Amino acid sequence: MPETTPAISRLGDSALLLHWSIGALDVRNAQVHRVAAALQQVRPAWLQDLVPAYASLALIIDSAFDAVTLDTAEQWLMDNLPAALAAQHTNRNQRLIEIPVCYEPPFAPDLSDIASACGMPIEEVITRHCTPIYRVAMLGFAPGFPYLMGLDPALAMARLPTPRTRVAAGSVGIGGNQTGIYPCLSAGGWRLLGRTPLTLFDPLRDPPSLLLAGDELRFLAVDRACFDAPSI
Amino acid sequence: MSIEILSAGFSTTVQDPGRRGFAALGVSLAGAADAYSLRIGNLLVGNDETAAGLEISLLGPTLRFVGATRIAITGASIDAQCEGQALAGWRAIDLPAGAELRLGNCVRGARSYVSVLGGVQTPLVLGSRATDLRGGLGGMEGRALRRGDQLPTAPRINLAVTRLHVHPRWVNPLPDLDLANPTRLRVLPGSDELVRGQSLADHAWTVDPRNNRQGVGLNGPHLAAADTKDRVSEPVMPGTIQLPPDGRPIILGVDAQTVGGYPRIAHVIRADWPRLAQLRAGDVLAFLAVDYSQADAAWRAQRARIERISLALTVAIGN
Repeated sequence: MPETTPAISRLGDSALLLHWSIGALDVRNAQVHRVAAALQQVRPAWLQDLVPAYASLALIIDSAFDAVTLDTAEQWLMDNLPAALAAQHTNRNQRLIEIPVCYEPPFAPDLSDIASACGMPIEEVITRHCTPIYRVAMLGFAPGFPYLMGLDPALAMARLPTPRTRVAAGSVGIGGNQTGIYPCLSAGGWRLLGRTPLTLFDPLRDPPSLLLAGDELRFLAVDRACFDAPSI
Repeated sequence: MSIEILSAGFSTTVQDPGRRGFAALGVSLAGAADAYSLRIGNLLVGNDETAAGLEISLLGPTLRFVGATRIAITGASIDAQCEGQALAGWRAIDLPAGAELRLGNCVRGARSYVSVLGGVQTPLVLGSRATDLRGGLGGMEGRALRRGDQLPTAPRINLAVTRLHVHPRWVNPLPDLDLANPTRLRVLPGSDELVRGQSLADHAWTVDPRNNRQGVGLNGPHLAAADTKDRVSEPVMPGTIQLPPDGRPIILGVDAQTVGGYPRIAHVIRADWPRLAQLRAGDVLAFLAVDYSQADAAWRAQRARIERISLALTVAIGN
């Protein structure tokens, strides 16, 4: 597939932004991850962070490097972008990660509301949630929080009118046409339909995040006994 | 050596220059909101510029220093007392073992910094000691300090101090940190334009009570982005000014998330992030539009002033 050339702009005076505006969102997101992986291979010391989002990629400049201005960073990007756009594959093998989810009470406070809003039995909501292979479009909101693309459109649900002040770590939710997993206890407005026993983010692990942007993921329904088993 | 927290203050955290290199995982920069003041504090006590210190918001803690040490108080001007003596900011202060430092209200500005010889030595988490309150990372278990906490500091210090001594030399933080109210922040254009006839720079703005390390809400005329269609989230930075649908701009701070879905109408230049960190509820501010060469010149001038301060203090301290 031919790559479209992203526009280069600036995010204030310490970051550059690549922005893809043409094509379907999943295609643009795949381009973001390919270019991010290719730039990572030639990454200079001053490039503090490469931050992928749905259809854009930020390049944050380390302010400790006095000699690097936005102009020199932009020149480096223009020099390296053509080869990054031409890169056909990421070096990292595409991973498919299975996430066990218990869709039972008390982990699924919004599941029956989702089922009645969608006009289908609870079992069908679970089946439809477990069927697709999702793509981690980006990590954000909190350390290790995956924004997943690929939700069955029949399951799209508006966020809660008033967010919960406490959402437990591992909670799996639906917000609009996205689904995601809360890595740590936080506030949150997504509709909750299950919980995974996996630890999504652990700063002492390398890499600290279980999921990385660009990974593929599938949910696997498990019962409470399996959720509680220490082996997972 | 350690520091005992006798009372915690409103929100006191361990901070360093921040957590770099993990934004792709959704990890915020965190670190000192006013990194300039923490840096100068470190230079005053003879630390590496990147050492960790304490960030105080609005109301300070009471601290007991177990061993003799050297400290500095920078950032917002704050009521500070030791042994009944009022302590001035922006200078080195020698404390005897067991000294109690009582920090009261921030008088001007919102955030003060206490730097201590050798730095606060809580464990590195993802390469930084910064406390990320939203992500629950770093500092003391990822949270603000509480009464009874014991903070480790560098063990090597063997300072022959038997009485409180305030060094006469001090650093003037002007113009990099100006606690004047109203203040002004220099901004670069964002990716989103406002509707015709509107401009951030045309009005004075007031800081909303809802402000913290994540962001500063502004009150003023309601603004509207020219393009209001729904959009997917894109990267944001500290200093990015977002415009939610309610028309009230929010300036993102160091604890901001790494991506956001609102229009980005401007970005505060990094030379003015220290001033941004010092805003408190009710403060008045104005924006001044600048171009990239002015932003670059402002940053270079600030770096040069820090270099000169560093050199002068190295000569004065003799290390």
